[in-house]
Amino acid sequence: MAKSKRSVNLVQRPIRRFAPIFILPTFLAFVIGFVWPFLQGIYLSFCSFNTPKDAKWVGFSNYVKAFQDPGFANAFWNTAAFAVVSIILINVVAFFIAFALTQKMRGANLFRTVFFMPNLIGGVVLGYIWSMIFDGILKNYGTYLTANGTYGFWGLVILVAWQQIGYMMIIYIAGLQAISEDMLEAARMDGATGRQTLFQVIIPNVMPSITTCTFLTLTNSFKMFDQNLALTGGLPSVIQDGAKVNITELLALNIYSTYNINKSWHGVAQAKAVIFFILVAVLAISQQAATRRKEVQQ
Amino acid sequence: MKKLIAMLLALVMVLGLAACGSSTPTETEAPAATGAAGETQAAANTPAGEGRVYYLNFKPEADAALQELAALYIEQTGVPVKVVTAASGTYSDTLTAEMAKSEAPTVFNIGNMSGLKDWDEYALDLTDTALAGELSTDDFNLYNEAGELKAMGHCYESFGIIVNTALLEKAGHSLEEITNFETLKAVADDIHARSAELGFDAFSASGLDSSSSWRFSGHLANMPLAYEFRDDGVVEQPATITGAYMDNFRSIWDLYITDTSADPKSLSTSTADESKAQFTEGKAVFYQNGTWEYAGLLEAGMNSEDLAMIPIYCGVEGEEEAGLCSGTENCWAVNSQVSEADQQASLDFLYWLVTDEVAAQKMVDTLGALPFKSAPEPTNVFLADGNRMLEEGKYTVAWAFNHTPNVDSWRATVVTALAAYSADPTDANWEQVVSAFVDGWAIEYNMVNG
Repeated sequence: MAKSKRSVNLVQRPIRRFAPIFILPTFLAFVIGFVWPFLQGIYLSFCSFNTPKDAKWVGFSNYVKAFQDPGFANAFWNTAAFAVVSIILINVVAFFIAFALTQKMRGANLFRTVFFMPNLIGGVVLGYIWSMIFDGILKNYGTYLTANGTYGFWGLVILVAWQQIGYMMIIYIAGLQAISEDMLEAARMDGATGRQTLFQVIIPNVMPSITTCTFLTLTNSFKMFDQNLALTGGLPSVIQDGAKVNITELLALNIYSTYNINKSWHGVAQAKAVIFFILVAVLAISQQAATRRKEVQQ
Repeated sequence: MKKLIAMLLALVMVLGLAACGSSTPTETEAPAATGAAGETQAAANTPAGEGRVYYLNFKPEADAALQELAALYIEQTGVPVKVVTAASGTYSDTLTAEMAKSEAPTVFNIGNMSGLKDWDEYALDLTDTALAGELSTDDFNLYNEAGELKAMGHCYESFGIIVNTALLEKAGHSLEEITNFETLKAVADDIHARSAELGFDAFSASGLDSSSSWRFSGHLANMPLAYEFRDDGVVEQPATITGAYMDNFRSIWDLYITDTSADPKSLSTSTADESKAQFTEGKAVFYQNGTWEYAGLLEAGMNSEDLAMIPIYCGVEGEEEAGLCSGTENCWAVNSQVSEADQQASLDFLYWLVTDEVAAQKMVDTLGALPFKSAPEPTNVFLADGNRMLEEGKYTVAWAFNHTPNVDSWRATVVTALAAYSADPTDANWEQVVSAFVDGWAIEYNMVNG
């Protein structure tokens, strides 16, 4: 007994002592590629700059400009609406497809593969392909995708639902398969209806999957960029109340286009990016806290 | 513990996206992005202590020629020359990223006055250089507020309406007939009316897809801008415009979308390739584009003797005397923040490009007309047409669109309005185009200068 303990210590002590050295390379990479650019990003949001080398401190004026920009407000409300619609749509549909595909049916594996496949295509490619599909359909009605904001918004919702449902489906399938057969059998023996089984046994038990999927869809919706850029590029671009607004622009694309106005807007785009970060961080963390509370311990 | 890990993971994910948003712009390493583009590195026999040249190229179509010239220059002088070409449409991103590096570009492109405002601090004053002494005209240069020559137009281009003269004759018309908007309209209307019998139509599709819309929101929109600026004596970016010639713009746009086989309702999805194909396949007589299209049209199988370029007519008083719209977005700037040796090496390289016999010929073949004394004459028939008009004493329509504030954004609004108008050409919808033009200008001006 005493002997084996000593031998464990003999192995563990050197490892413990040298732990920092093992961590160092990864830690350095993390600092160089991540922590430092992040901090520099925050610093630059308080600066006027063209390249990061010529940054001049200007205080909060970038933030003031960012909040005064009607395009930013429009992009915020677009993103919020888009997030709500796509979170509900993607999760509900993905859950029911997963539910259907975990029932014993022929060809379930084939369907799983097929539903997952859209997820393997890059966002920009998807955006261009779908813009052709939508325009092809709308052409029959004498109109086109960027004719108004409604088409662009729902077009983006359809595209993203098509792309992400398969991915969320896989997560739900894993969750559904983890529910023990005993529990379902017990529910059946106790005379639970299908509805009761679904809402009182199955859903509480896949709550961890729901947490993961809502988190992923929430952050994906807020970070949405390539699909937005490729599908409509923010068009139509109109003048509203004396200001320019890109009707179908989401937050990330708005930041990108702000940066590209000219050098006096680089700092404003930077400030928007920081606001964007805080917003997504707060939302994602509070969502995690909220759905975690509903999870049942098995 | 699980909770803590999950929270940390959540934090890492959101941090990840903020880092994306906040770090410096994408560093598109040009060669990888364009495929055709490449880098030419210095040979090993670099003389010690001399400068280097890093030429950040703006025109993807000129990449191959510049790479060849760079290799030739290295062979002749041993000075290291690196040419990098930004992928199409990513020049400003690439420039910003490259300028932040320690081995920054020594020669770069400034497109217009607003570009000069952004990069003034990085541009060397070229006024008394040997290179400036070689210039044959001052028309295409950019000067900053202090009057220093900061960017030098090194080639110029023209745009107008490209005509397939063979088809025009087949329809029973000739180039000489077309001298102003009325005669252009008469010819186009006639061809359109007989299109079923002739098998071709007047204008190729005026597509408003992003690949093609710049031909109209940029080049065609230049017509009302240029005439307004001419009348008002505008030489710098104005804060507001009046839209005095918007009715002329409407006339020519109506002609483009009426006398064509393209469905005006689906213009927003019609691409540049479609339009060009209609022209090269002999389905359209007129195709609005520029001198840079010449090589592409020959490649597509057209004969140079069947091609001509005429001015864009839009019904302005005295336009019988108009020539092509000529100007440039290609202005060389030398980075003032690199070492003096590098600056000198760059100036020497540029000087060599326009004075060396072989190099200048290659430049002319690739870029069209060069405003330098020793540059040879271009072989491009469109440029020859333009030169002939100038010799006949016709006036050049200036590239007034170079003054457009926040140009991409301004054009996007104009394209949105034009697409809506084309689908439903009512007066109310035209009002939207005028608003996008005039109000949009003021808004973008305030954005950029506010």
